[in-house]
Amino acid sequence: MAASDTAQTTEQERLILDSVARFLDRDVKPHVHALERDDIYPEEIVERMKELGLFGAVIRPEYGGLGLSCSTYAKIVERVSTVWMSLSGIFNSHLIMASAVQRFGTEAQRREFLPRFASGAMRGGLALTEPDCGTDLQAIRTVARREGDRYVIDGVKTWISNGIHGQCFALLVKTDPSIQPRHRGMSLFLAEKGPGFTVSRKLEKLGYKGIDSAELVFDNYVIPADRLIGGQEGRGLQHALGGLELGRINVAARGVGVSQAALNEAVSYSQLRKTFGKPICQHQAIQIKLADMATQVQAARLLVENAARAYDSGERCDMEAGMAKLFATEAAVNVSLESMRIHGGYGYSKEFTVERLYRDAPLLVIGEGTNELQRIIIARHLIERNPV
Amino acid sequence: MKILVPVKRVVDYNVKVRVKSDGSGIETAGVKMSMNPFDEIAVEEAVRLKEKGVATEIVAVSMGVTQCSETIRTALAMGADRGILVESDVELQPLAVAKLLKVIADKEQPKLIILGKQAIDDDMSATGQMLAAFLGWPQGTFASKVLIEGDKITVTREVDGGLETVELSLPAIVTTDLRLNEPRYASLPNIMKARKKPIENLKPADLGVDPAPRLTVLKVNEPPKRQAGKKVASVAELVDKLRNEAKVI
Repeated sequence: MAASDTAQTTEQERLILDSVARFLDRDVKPHVHALERDDIYPEEIVERMKELGLFGAVIRPEYGGLGLSCSTYAKIVERVSTVWMSLSGIFNSHLIMASAVQRFGTEAQRREFLPRFASGAMRGGLALTEPDCGTDLQAIRTVARREGDRYVIDGVKTWISNGIHGQCFALLVKTDPSIQPRHRGMSLFLAEKGPGFTVSRKLEKLGYKGIDSAELVFDNYVIPADRLIGGQEGRGLQHALGGLELGRINVAARGVGVSQAALNEAVSYSQLRKTFGKPICQHQAIQIKLADMATQVQAARLLVENAARAYDSGERCDMEAGMAKLFATEAAVNVSLESMRIHGGYGYSKEFTVERLYRDAPLLVIGEGTNELQRIIIARHLIERNPV
Repeated sequence: MKILVPVKRVVDYNVKVRVKSDGSGIETAGVKMSMNPFDEIAVEEAVRLKEKGVATEIVAVSMGVTQCSETIRTALAMGADRGILVESDVELQPLAVAKLLKVIADKEQPKLIILGKQAIDDDMSATGQMLAAFLGWPQGTFASKVLIEGDKITVTREVDGGLETVELSLPAIVTTDLRLNEPRYASLPNIMKARKKPIENLKPADLGVDPAPRLTVLKVNEPPKRQAGKKVASVAELVDKLRNEAKVI
């Protein structure tokens, strides 16, 4: 890439992040507290997100999207999560669904769906997890039976982000429940809501409020055969896991955002609050905490940038994405707790932001592949890349 | 109708400005820079006039270091059609900027020039007025409302006593006040499209203007630290303090 191209890309990225910051300041910040307290889906903010173009962030321009690099996208996710982590879920699981179509769909599927996904006219997410399995996806029990030029699907999915307000989901099913190895019987469909596809309820959560996490029930749900992503059975697990690298980088970026927000709160509160005649930021006990927190946030950010660069270069980046996800999300848990401790009693109060950050952070160590699983992935790749 | 919108690159309004230790100016290294907020209002007004079908072309002009192209790019993303960058490493003061804009206006022949009433860095509030004098055009400064009908423009001005409405004939200069509009932030698709809009690169010499500064900054000081408030026990004590300590009544 020529130097002027790079300069132009950096300039463009700055302009994008600037617009995102304006959007967050003007249209999000004033409403977060009330929406999160009452667990209300932010419909008006979603309209602004459509206008801003977020739903097409990583969809290629020929399909109506922006075609942003993962590096720029991760920075957007970080900024958004610094203000309200829930919002990033509304466009991120949507974009992972879109990426599955972009990477593995047929040209007809891309042309039919991607422009609507990019404008946000049709939104949705990923339907992988079931009541009895999440990390162990090969154990899913939702089944699609082929009948002529259509499939009939039965089963239950749970914890599905955007379940209530989304219209279309990348749905992982078994097209052959008996085959070994099990993944060869798995397929990914683009399922639009319709007869036989019902949403049973909005699930209540500790944090990550506002966004709808729901249970989806499929009972004799009929879907045309041309909604099978890529048109070939048995590729479903590969397609679903293919989106998880991007998903993990995104969750890692959320971790950076949440920890940055917790750090910001601590840095400002520690200058205002006084004990023993001076601001607490002048006490060594607090200084040590602040230094550790700031270092963790910055290290997390660099790991995310590193993983995003690897993703953009087209390499497999499971290890980099895993490391970023592991470190950044643990940082979110740790830094939000430390920030709460710096706030003392006020940190435990619902009136202070740090309380929300503390409740939002644990989702990140669990979702998108638990951190225990990330460690296994990291170790596996470490050994693979360094044979004796 | 063509509109010219001069935009200035300034320290972002969210930045807590720090004075350099030698008092020669303010710290700008590593500081976030943005478009002057009053100029954003000017761009917004021009874009609205274009959306209403009153304006046909918007040209954004910025002057100063190379990075001013980013300020122009922001205007293009908001809806301006093309840009002109006058690149100069010399500090450009209002007089030089007004002279340069005069030459550009002669060349571009806009019907309207809209610019911020002042820049938030030096608060000079001079460029628009000087430019009007150089061009010999009427000026409606500190505008809170603008209405164009035919060859006339009605400008509601925010003055000390209230609002003053003036009618000017085009071509004219308008400088924007805070309440004229709330500027949009550019959507991401428009930022991508702005990449393809042209920016013309010029130097002050190309325009035949000597941009050398005529004013010298002697010293920049921090404003005095705000003192803590005082509690008073009674109205009598309050009145006494207002009269004898604060000396305001």
